[in-house]
Amino acid sequence: MMRLGLAIVAIVVLSAVLAPWLLPWDPSVQDLPNRLQGPTWQHWFGLDELGRDILARVLLGARVSLLVGVVVVGVSSVAGLIIGAVSGYYGGRIDQVIGRIMDVLMAFPGMLLAIALVAVLGPSLTNVVLALAVIGWVGYARLVRGQVLRAREFEYVMAARALGAGTVRLLARHVMPTALPPVLVQATLGMAGAMLSEAALSFLGLGVQPPTPSWGTMINGGRVHLLDAPHLTIFPGLFLAVVVLGFNFLGDGLRDAIDPKK
Amino acid sequence: MSDVVRFLIRRLLLTIPVLLGVATLVFSLIHLVPGDPAQAMLGDGASPQDIAELRTNLGLDRPLPAQYASFLRAAIAGDLGTSFRTGQPVTRMIAERVPATAELALAAMTVAILLAIPLGIVAAVWKNTLADHAAMTFTLAGISIPNFWLGPLLAIVFAVELGWLPVSGRGTLAHLVLPAVSLGLALSAILARMTRASLLEELGELYVRAARARGASPAAAVLNHAMRNSLIPLVTIVALQFGAVLTGAVITETIFAWPGIGRLLIQSIGFRDYPMVQGCILLIAVTYVTVNLVTDILYGVLDPRIRLE
Repeated sequence: MMRLGLAIVAIVVLSAVLAPWLLPWDPSVQDLPNRLQGPTWQHWFGLDELGRDILARVLLGARVSLLVGVVVVGVSSVAGLIIGAVSGYYGGRIDQVIGRIMDVLMAFPGMLLAIALVAVLGPSLTNVVLALAVIGWVGYARLVRGQVLRAREFEYVMAARALGAGTVRLLARHVMPTALPPVLVQATLGMAGAMLSEAALSFLGLGVQPPTPSWGTMINGGRVHLLDAPHLTIFPGLFLAVVVLGFNFLGDGLRDAIDPKK
Repeated sequence: MSDVVRFLIRRLLLTIPVLLGVATLVFSLIHLVPGDPAQAMLGDGASPQDIAELRTNLGLDRPLPAQYASFLRAAIAGDLGTSFRTGQPVTRMIAERVPATAELALAAMTVAILLAIPLGIVAAVWKNTLADHAAMTFTLAGISIPNFWLGPLLAIVFAVELGWLPVSGRGTLAHLVLPAVSLGLALSAILARMTRASLLEELGELYVRAARARGASPAAAVLNHAMRNSLIPLVTIVALQFGAVLTGAVITETIFAWPGIGRLLIQSIGFRDYPMVQGCILLIAVTYVTVNLVTDILYGVLDPRIRLE
């Protein structure tokens, strides 16, 4: 499963990166007389409501989706690592304050807080990334805090402390490495989550705004043409589902690989 | 004081700061609007008098601590302000939509449980067989398929092509089927994985082998012995996933024109009706906190080990 996941992710990343050189069609060029045309040998995924090539837009949408995933996971995991490590290592009042903040953020189900934040900040790609990072770091911080609480009692950590290692060195060299494998698993699964959330926000009209292609925006735009041109909805959704499945396979495989019980 | 009472009091006290934090965050939302919220709500063409009037109505002309105190006092009393779009009390408008969202959420969770438990049992009992792999692939697909894609696809097949079910709206049981399935599928995938993992753990326990040694059939050992214990962690997962159902309902209600709180929230965002947005977010978050609280309490009452932690 992990290999399949890796293959899916690699193919999508490569296609997204090489899209401008791979495709003969410009994603913004309109062919109005042939609008809503179904899949043909020329246009494998057909044309959209403005006569634009759907395959080209799906691949460009992959760039947006992957970009959001990478930035959200990057920012959330780094913030979560730092906050979780500080909370777990120092304990006491710092831990309590961070714990209460995390409790409040976790009191909002799923991406409801992201919807609320984008609703007030305004729909844009930057605000989507910001909103998803605001809710995203909590999961990493809780995970890292737990790992750090465990690791700080390890004998080699206590030995390093006894030998005079400073807090930053202790955390960076001895404590944090034990937290990295589960964080890597969470980051892989988090890519899937961030891409789904971005698409959901864009679907609701709160994310990426047209004419920039996003899978969520494309699925939403296709709803009007469900009866006469279902390919507008099918292809972007299929791509999204396959990529998310790929990241889930990869994350599951990584989790099994680092699980000592297996 | 008994363990149970102490546990109940501690758990209730822990919820108060969370609820206060939730209310504070919801209060802050309107102040995160770039520029003047009143100007944003009225649009660029609004006159200075209209803007000033709306600022007064929303209380934005008062000092921030006074606004916060009024917001908390009113929220505790169940007053979430007045809708900017309709002029009606936010609480009343939300209350009118609660039954629709509750109906959808319960139906989706029922669909999820009915699908997940048999699937999880099959996967655990026939571990590492084709049935297990098929079940787990189905669950991963269920988690990966977004409900805003699945919903329209289900509508194409079952409403448009086959004509078996209505495509949108609320009224009969038939109206509920497509939204409930589209919302419940992802949840069923997560629950099936948890059922499998939980059941596998129990199947390895001595009491299950003892039951088999006493002559219990394989089915009886699974259903009457192992399954009962493996259901306990599932209760927590169902409660935790209730939040995902509430968020998913925002999308599902939008797709199927289901007249619930989620649809009201998205419509209100479109109209920049910030009091209504704040009201919907607050209600959903408080509901989620309450469900988690009730689950924790039930779990603690049922399992003494949790109370002592």
